[in-house]
Order: sequence, then C-alpha cells, then structure tokens
Amino acid sequence: MNKLTLSKETKITLKLIKRDKLAMLSLLIITFFIIVSIFAPFIVPYPSQGEGLPVPEKRFLPPSFENPFGTDYLGRDVLSRVIFGARISLFVGIFVVCVAIIIGVPLGLIAGYFGGKVDDVLMRITDVFLSFPSLLFAIALVATLGPGLFNAMISLSITWWPWYARLARAQAVTIKEQPYILASQVIGVKGLTIVFRHLLPNALTPIIVQGTMDMSSAILAEAGLSFIGLGAQAPSPEWGLMVSTGRIYLLNYWWFPVFPGLAIFLVALAFNLFGDSLRDVLDPKSRKAGGQM
Amino acid sequence: MASFKTYLIKRIILALVVIYFVITITFILSHVVPSDPAELYVGPKATAEQREKAIKELGLNQPIYIQYLRYFQNLVNGDLGKSLRAHTPVLHDILTYLPATLEIVVLANIVALIVGVAFGSYSALKKDMLADHLIRIVSVGGVSIPSFWFALITQLVFFGILGIFPLDSRLSSDIQLFNPIHTITGFYTIDALITGNIVALVDSVRHIILPAFVLATYPIGLVTRMVRSMMVEVLNENYIRFAKANGFKDNLIYYKYALKNALTPALMALGLSFAYSITGAFLVEVIFSWPGLGTYTVNAILENDYPAILGVTIFGTIFYVFINLFLDILQAYLDPRVRLQ
Repeated sequence: MNKLTLSKETKITLKLIKRDKLAMLSLLIITFFIIVSIFAPFIVPYPSQGEGLPVPEKRFLPPSFENPFGTDYLGRDVLSRVIFGARISLFVGIFVVCVAIIIGVPLGLIAGYFGGKVDDVLMRITDVFLSFPSLLFAIALVATLGPGLFNAMISLSITWWPWYARLARAQAVTIKEQPYILASQVIGVKGLTIVFRHLLPNALTPIIVQGTMDMSSAILAEAGLSFIGLGAQAPSPEWGLMVSTGRIYLLNYWWFPVFPGLAIFLVALAFNLFGDSLRDVLDPKSRKAGGQM
Repeated sequence: MASFKTYLIKRIILALVVIYFVITITFILSHVVPSDPAELYVGPKATAEQREKAIKELGLNQPIYIQYLRYFQNLVNGDLGKSLRAHTPVLHDILTYLPATLEIVVLANIVALIVGVAFGSYSALKKDMLADHLIRIVSVGGVSIPSFWFALITQLVFFGILGIFPLDSRLSSDIQLFNPIHTITGFYTIDALITGNIVALVDSVRHIILPAFVLATYPIGLVTRMVRSMMVEVLNENYIRFAKANGFKDNLIYYKYALKNALTPALMALGLSFAYSITGAFLVEVIFSWPGLGTYTVNAILENDYPAILGVTIFGTIFYVFINLFLDILQAYLDPRVRLQ
C-alpha cells in the first residue's frame, strides 16, 4: 500500500474542507454522535432505562431538568434511549456501507480492469440489481429471513453493493489507461496485484464520497425498516422503532416520537452535507467553476 | 431513426430480462430459502390440515423445477396468490389500493418538479451567494429527513397546533356518508371534480395536501440538486457566454436557452424519484392512515401475510422496471447521444 504521507492533493483537499463552514459543522455533528455513542453507558443519565428498564411511576413526563427529552410510555428517559440508539444507527450505517464496499469494489475493479466476459456478466448482474426498487427488495428479503436488526442489515447490504461495483468499475476503466498502470503491466506485474495495489488506492476518492452519503441513506433505510416492524424489535432503543411506538402518543406527548426522529434527521443531514462538500472539493470541475458566475 | 429502433429493442429486452430475474429471485426467496415454505404461506398458527392443503395447492411436494414452472405460469396469468388474512387474490387487493397511492405520488412529483426546477435554477444563478447556500441546505435536508417523522411533525403543527388540516385518512367520515364520491379513476380529487361533487372535492384536497407535501420533500431535494448542477454547467458553456456578449437579456438567456438544456436530466431525476416515491409512500401512508399500497403492505407485515408481501414486491418491481424503461426511451428520444452509446 502507499505510504500515508499527505500528498499535495490531500493537503489542498483538507484546506478547502476547512474553509467550508457547513462541512466543518457537519463533521462536528458526526464526531459528536460518534463520541456520544462510544461512551453512551457512561454519559447517559439513566443507563438501565436506555437499555429498556421500565419505570412505571414516571410515564409521559414532559421535558424537564431531570429528563431533558421527557419520558416515554414506560417511564423511560427518552434522552438516554436516544443516545443508546445512536450506537445502533451508526453501527448499522457503518456495517451496511462497509459490506457493500467490500463486496462491490473488488468485483467492480476486477470487471473494469480485465473487461471481457467477466465484465459483461458482472454488469448484467448489477443491471438487474439496480433495476430493483431497493426498499421493496429489502422488505421481501427481511420478510423471508424474519424480522430483526441483523436481517435488516444483511438485506440492505445485499441491495447496496451493486452501486459500488458500478462506481469502482467506472474508476478502473479510466485509471487502467494511466501510464503508471501501463508501466507496471510492461514490467510484468500480475493482474490482480495491479488491481489491488495500484488501482484500488487510486480509485478510492469517489468511493469514499459515496460511502459518506450512503451512511445517511443506510441509516434512513434501516430506520424505515424498523419503523414498519421489520428491523429492530422492542425493547431496543432503535430510533425508527421509537418513532413507531411513539407515534400514537403524538398529540398528547409529542416529545416521545419527536426526539428520536430528530436524531435520525440530524445524523442523516450531517453525513449528506459532509459528503456533498467532500464531493465539491474533490471534483476539480466544480472547483474550477467556483469563481466564474 | 434506425438507431433509435435498435436502442428500443435492446432496452425492452433488458427490461424483460430484469423481470425474469425478479421473478426467479422471489421464487428462490419463497420456495428455496425458507426451511418450511408451506408455513410461510399459511402462517404459524395453521393446523396440520391447512398445511397439507397448502402443500398440495402450491405444489410444494413436487420437484423444484416443476414448482418453478408453475410459479412462472401463475404469474404470467396474473395470479399473485391469495392473501392469508382475507383470502382475496393479492392482485385484486393491490389494484384496489393502488389508486390511492398513485394519487399522492403523482401530486407529490408534480409539486417536486415545479419547486425543484425553480429552486435549482435560482440557486445556479445565485451560485455561492446566500440564496444558493440556503437552497442547498433545504435540498440536502429534503433528502435527509426521515419521511415518516416529517409526516408526524406536519400533523403536530398543522393539525395539533394550527388546526388547519385534517389529521389523517382520505376523506372525512361525514362526507363519506352524505356526499360519497362516485369512483371513476380512483383518484378522489379528480373523481369529485368530474362528478361535480364540490363538497367532497374541497374535503379531499384538504386531506391530500399534507401527505403529498411530505412525500414531495425527497424528490424536491433530488430535482433541485440535479437542476442546479446542470444549470451551473450549462451557464459556463460557450453559447451562453456568446449570447451574453451579444447583449441578450439575462432572463431570455436563463429561461429560454439555459434551462431548456438543464431540463432533460431533471426529467430523469424526477422519473427515478417517481419510482422511488412509490416505496417512499409506504412510510408516509402509514402515518396518515392513507388507504394505499403502503398501508396494505405494512398491515401484511404486521400479520405475517407473506403472499401479500411478496405480491407487492413483484408488482412494485415490475411497475418500477416499466417506469425506468419508459424514461430511458423518452430520454433516448429527446437526446440522440444516449442511443448512440
């Protein structure tokens, strides 16, 4: 692998990102959620309630100093549960995106680099997968495998990888014409070695951008699945599930469904904004167009 | 137009291949993956007799390739199986619930097209100015907001606090009793309009506004971003600069020459979002008790009605494939570069 010294390009990227206030703000939100979810058991006011312990005498308390987000229908502190939920959602996002990248990227690079029959077959397979409405497909998959957080994650990963295969293939097709790749071919480096040592590091940029934005889509999709009863099951503090159980109390105890949903929105927004800025910065075309109009 | 014809044929073949695969995958999901397919079809509470009957009816005791052929044959004949709850044919159920879903989906996408094009082109004109940043936050927000939660927020604000829109459902119950809508198209607003049922028209419009608005947020974000990036690109083209140098009026340049070229991709984005909003509508319908496919599916999920879930998947996918097919053909027709690839 390449040494991890910062290239000139990376330095420019970091500089531009630092200048983008919105990107910095979203990065801050992401970091905040990551730290909070790592240390959840130590920082939440009521860890046992976060995990699901009911407190019957404290049902539906409005937001107050002791319960900043109020309490739910079982008297549990909503803030504690929302913070515990951050662990689930972030984990799901990372899991789905990583599995999709691990399956999709190598396949896409191999197809793009070697071309021919391998390429044809792979592209037809991704054509088929991409022609599916992914949420419907995930619903059918989970319905077969049985509802549950793990099955929901697996189903989302299965519907997600073809996008990365496409992206990686497009990258491979462009990069393989570069002089340094041709040079390694000439000196007899083996095909797969070229793919993983030389193509892969140079194809990563758009994949990282896509991955950042997909964190948001994956978190939203999983929350949606949990909301309709196919994902996490009670008493899990999963955000979509909390909105789902809380929604019938909306008009009387609004805090119960509103805060978990707000958390989904904030995290999804932060990842999308950050990915958006990252793309602007990494895509020289939009950078150049910056000062013109 | 020879190349257009070749493209058309190629594209239709791809669509058929996709549908073939979809059916095969759902077959594998329903007949091969589960350890006990019969149980999926009759539910966990079924008696041994019911199970025996299901095994015979579904042909589960026959070799797998015969099951596969039968499955295919049934689907070609439009038989998606029977729902576990009501024992009605799933296809019939789907067609009953479909118009309600289509009504909000169509309305949401019309709204998204208008708002998205307006936002996107304005944002491109004011690139890097305050308006551009605000519109960017709104459009990224539109694709980041969980629709089911946003639906609750609109209910809280417009019903709970302001009291200007009804909470949910498609029509008030007194209207349903005293001024029922005579069904022609299945779109309540249109049916009420055609039959001159003004009371019901007003009521159905009041009911559709919130769900359609919530459903439109995602497509608005998508179309805005697409139109913006296309407009930014187009405005840098030489022919636009030439027009400027010639002293053409700005408005004429923007709206006549630039926007026209930015619209094809917007149309494509809209097509994708139309297909997307069919499933997006699932979550929104549940909140608004909107009697469409989403409500149908979620009820099916809650009651383990497996044939219904699978039926919706197959139907939805075929619908999606056809919309994409139609859009690709439309794009190839509008933009000759596509079909020459």
